[in-house]
Amino acid sequence: MASIVARNVMVEFPIYGTKSRSMKNAFMRAATGGLLTTGADERVVVRALRDISFRFDVGDRVGIIGHNGSGKSTLLRVLAGAYEPTGGEIDVAGKVASMLSITLGMDFEATGYENIYLRATVMGMRPFEIEPLLGEIREFSELGDYLDMPVRTYSSGMAMRLAFAVSTSVSADIILMDEWLNVGDPSFSAKAQARLTDLLDRAKILVFASNDEGMIRKNCNRILRLDHGEMTSLENI
Amino acid sequence: MERIRPSNLSLALQDLTSGVGSIYIWPMLGWLEIKQRYRRSVLGPFWLTLSSGVMVAAMGPLYGRLFNLDLPTYLPFLAVSLILWALIGGLIAESCQVFIAAEGFIKQIKLPYTVHVMRVIWRNMIIFGHNLIVIAVVLLVFPPSWSWHLLLFPLAIFLLAVNAIWMGLLLGLVCARFRDIPPIVTSLLQVAFFLTPVMWRPEMLGRHQWALLWNPLYYFLEIVRAPLLGQGFSPSLWGGVVLITVVGFAVTILLFGRFRARIPYWV
Repeated sequence: MASIVARNVMVEFPIYGTKSRSMKNAFMRAATGGLLTTGADERVVVRALRDISFRFDVGDRVGIIGHNGSGKSTLLRVLAGAYEPTGGEIDVAGKVASMLSITLGMDFEATGYENIYLRATVMGMRPFEIEPLLGEIREFSELGDYLDMPVRTYSSGMAMRLAFAVSTSVSADIILMDEWLNVGDPSFSAKAQARLTDLLDRAKILVFASNDEGMIRKNCNRILRLDHGEMTSLENI
Repeated sequence: MERIRPSNLSLALQDLTSGVGSIYIWPMLGWLEIKQRYRRSVLGPFWLTLSSGVMVAAMGPLYGRLFNLDLPTYLPFLAVSLILWALIGGLIAESCQVFIAAEGFIKQIKLPYTVHVMRVIWRNMIIFGHNLIVIAVVLLVFPPSWSWHLLLFPLAIFLLAVNAIWMGLLLGLVCARFRDIPPIVTSLLQVAFFLTPVMWRPEMLGRHQWALLWNPLYYFLEIVRAPLLGQGFSPSLWGGVVLITVVGFAVTILLFGRFRARIPYWV
């Protein structure tokens, strides 16, 4: 079973100026009851998400639409488990694959093969699960013997192809994606889209954030609209 | 529908155990950093061995002279002390940056925070392993009278690593929130180098030796150093280390439990 349940999820970012980050001020504040360091205590809090509640179940293809700064990425990071909500609750059941940053964990000084292990391990795979994938990743990425070379010698397109090939070789119940993944030149892109679509079709739940409404209407069956951190609507299409 | 939420304390313990248990992640990440640092160099991580060797070879005769000690007893002492201090000091200094340096991971994916601490400990242990060669060479040239106490060495290193876990979590947490702690720790470490019997022997303090009992770093340095130099087993020092371990973990688990969820917002 896979499901995501959010109840009144709230995320507030403290914005620390140089003053509130300083220990001296924290001590002075504690010692003087805030008399001496007026201003240092005025912590600015940005409310990135407020009072978000929803339930996603198997089969849901959720598109999150909102302007830049509306909280899309923050919501995805909450779903990924990176941020714990500062208020409310989030329950995620099922294996999550986060495609928020497909190069996370990769090291450009290391070889292509080493990076396959790095990226896949960071995504939660074990060495014995990665080994059978090597051949297929090699073939799909069209990198061949380049995989023995450090990734820094790759063109940026080649590096992205590798990251994409590894990231899309995991299987997961829930897939989180920030903007539609698109890599490579036209010929590779077609192949990549087929692979991505196949992966997404196998996932039980997809949560995909974008400000491209057309893309969302094409790929999703539910639309969650965010505006300034608030959920303005959640509609089925 | 009311459900029981796991307490902060149990979440902290869970992070700790699953972090230490992530044996596919932290050894790989730690090892990678070593490889990365020396990838295009000829000697690789053995540069560390070489520089430690040069340091010991240069300082041994000088300070042996200054302290009026004969080289065959002073050089092994100094070699072991300097290299252990590099390990202890390195662990403390890098503990400050564990979470700050792992920002990319922390903000993107869910990993136990302890993984980042284990990675730093593992990397420092690998470096220490390379430096052990210097210790081995010096001890073979000037062999102390070893006894079964040598068997305590691995145990002492293990205890040191275990303590590095709580220290990494605690310092990492505090430094992520208060950015002026890392420079404070760095300067305190410099002072601690002179206040801890690294270059000088504890006996040189004479009747003031009791003062060392207030220096927690002395406990760790001595329990690792004594077995290598063929000195006796000191129940009070080992007892002190056990006490520090228990208190350290207790304090850390409480603070880590309370503030663990804030880490991604701080880094």
